[in-house]
Amino acid sequence: MELQANMTSFAYLVAAVLFILALRGLSSPETSRAGNIMGMLGMAIAVGTTILSPEITSYGWIIGPVIVGGAVGLLIASRIAMTAMPQLVAAFHSLVGMAAVLVAGAAYANPASFGLLDTAGQIFIASRVEMSLGAMIGAITFSGSVIAFAKLQGLVSGRPVVFPGQHALNALLGLGALALVIYFCLDQSPWVFWSLVALAFVLGFLIIIPIGGADMPVVVSMLNSYSGWAAAGIGFTLHNSALIITGALVGSSGAILSYIMCKGMNRSFFNVILGGFGGDSSAAASGGGVEDRPVKQGSAEDAAFIMKNAGSVIIVPGYGMAVAQAQHALREMGDELKKAGVKVSYAIHPVAGRMPGHMNVLLAEANVPYDEVFELEDINSEFQQADVAFVIGANDVTNPAAKTDPASPIYGMPILDVEKAKTVLFVKRGMAAGYAGVQNELFFKDNTMMLFGDAKKMVETVLRSLD
Amino acid sequence: MHGDFISQLSIFVLAVFVGYYVVWSVTPALHTPLMAVTNAISSVIVVGALIAAGPADMSQAKILGCVAVALASVNIFGGFAVTQRMLSMYKKKK
Repeated sequence: MELQANMTSFAYLVAAVLFILALRGLSSPETSRAGNIMGMLGMAIAVGTTILSPEITSYGWIIGPVIVGGAVGLLIASRIAMTAMPQLVAAFHSLVGMAAVLVAGAAYANPASFGLLDTAGQIFIASRVEMSLGAMIGAITFSGSVIAFAKLQGLVSGRPVVFPGQHALNALLGLGALALVIYFCLDQSPWVFWSLVALAFVLGFLIIIPIGGADMPVVVSMLNSYSGWAAAGIGFTLHNSALIITGALVGSSGAILSYIMCKGMNRSFFNVILGGFGGDSSAAASGGGVEDRPVKQGSAEDAAFIMKNAGSVIIVPGYGMAVAQAQHALREMGDELKKAGVKVSYAIHPVAGRMPGHMNVLLAEANVPYDEVFELEDINSEFQQADVAFVIGANDVTNPAAKTDPASPIYGMPILDVEKAKTVLFVKRGMAAGYAGVQNELFFKDNTMMLFGDAKKMVETVLRSLD
Repeated sequence: MHGDFISQLSIFVLAVFVGYYVVWSVTPALHTPLMAVTNAISSVIVVGALIAAGPADMSQAKILGCVAVALASVNIFGGFAVTQRMLSMYKKKK
């Protein structure tokens, strides 16, 4: 029995190490695929070890759910569009959150089978804290992720939902939940546990509704982090080192990604979480008058002529490009330019897209080689030497006001220095302001040429003109 | 078995540090696959669900466990598969 327990613990340790190696593999695309295989191997070891343990005596009720769940998962994974990746990840987070709630609930309902009872038949105090925290974070992750999913999928408006007293209410509910965790240590009645879970569901919902659509990269990363902490909480309850280590890895991963996203917008984490940003992103918010100034407008033919005769072109894609599904046409345009001897590279802002690294995946899907795609800090100095900056579906991340206008809401945000290129070609539907509701001074510069129209159609027309 | 809270906490704290350094070394181009794969591995919570679903007798805990096994399975299979699908798209210049 002792040997069996040691072997089990050892297997979980191996699984945890394989998970660490899976993340380590992601340091470069070449090693990433091998890393993912190690992750799968780790999961197989963890699941296999558990199934072979003496606690498990009936298999029928396990195999069925695994087959059904696994089939659904594989089907979704093979069908999902890369543009929909943020909502898929949000949906997956909600499942981890719900699973944490259910496992905590099961441990509460049948503490004996998890070895959580003391000699008096009561649940250990430490176990009560661990399971109630795991259930609480899991429930917040679940309902928060469901709202994030609905916003990203467009099932509900991406606009922030704000009402008076919102923050006071959230603070009150948060304190109430913590009070229930403490009370649960004194009284293990079902009503305490299940009211805590219910309260946490409401809290997760209320935390996410005030946050606007374009702040979703932070939200998705934050929920990623929460799902990890929930798993770690359950790991403590179950005394399972694989779960504790994995939860800690995922928790810190999500926290780092949230930090990177906040830094990409020069906003504090609390500023994003308190929400309400971008609520009035209509053009009216930028103040009247500015739009009357003349802009230089060009045609697709002009753009094709300029780029064909350029030495180097830097393409700056934003979320608008993904919405218009222009990535494939854009890659073809890049290929044509390369054939004409033009150096083509892509510049990605940290918050381009709706989740961290989203734009890179979309370009990779369109067969853009990853060594032509550069992060902001690696390419920003090259705009000075570039002949053309081709901005497509991005706006705020190129706005020089972030550097020059302390009154601007985006002041201090790191931006791509596209204005330093000899010519800026700006593909845009119309003159509307970006998400932050501020006018972009770049439109009115002498070296900027506006290309008005749908991103995909515009690129396709440019492509035809290149031949 | 229950006296080892401190040793569990030690594992946890050290793992947070490991996570911190490993995740900072992830290239930003792979942040989306990172989220997908962390999602898949956090479904190792399935081990708790399996223990809950394992006993021969039917109970409330067993039902909760079965549902949790199904949800976590969606994540495990879906998460690893979608990560592999994304990673296979990253190609070098020919």
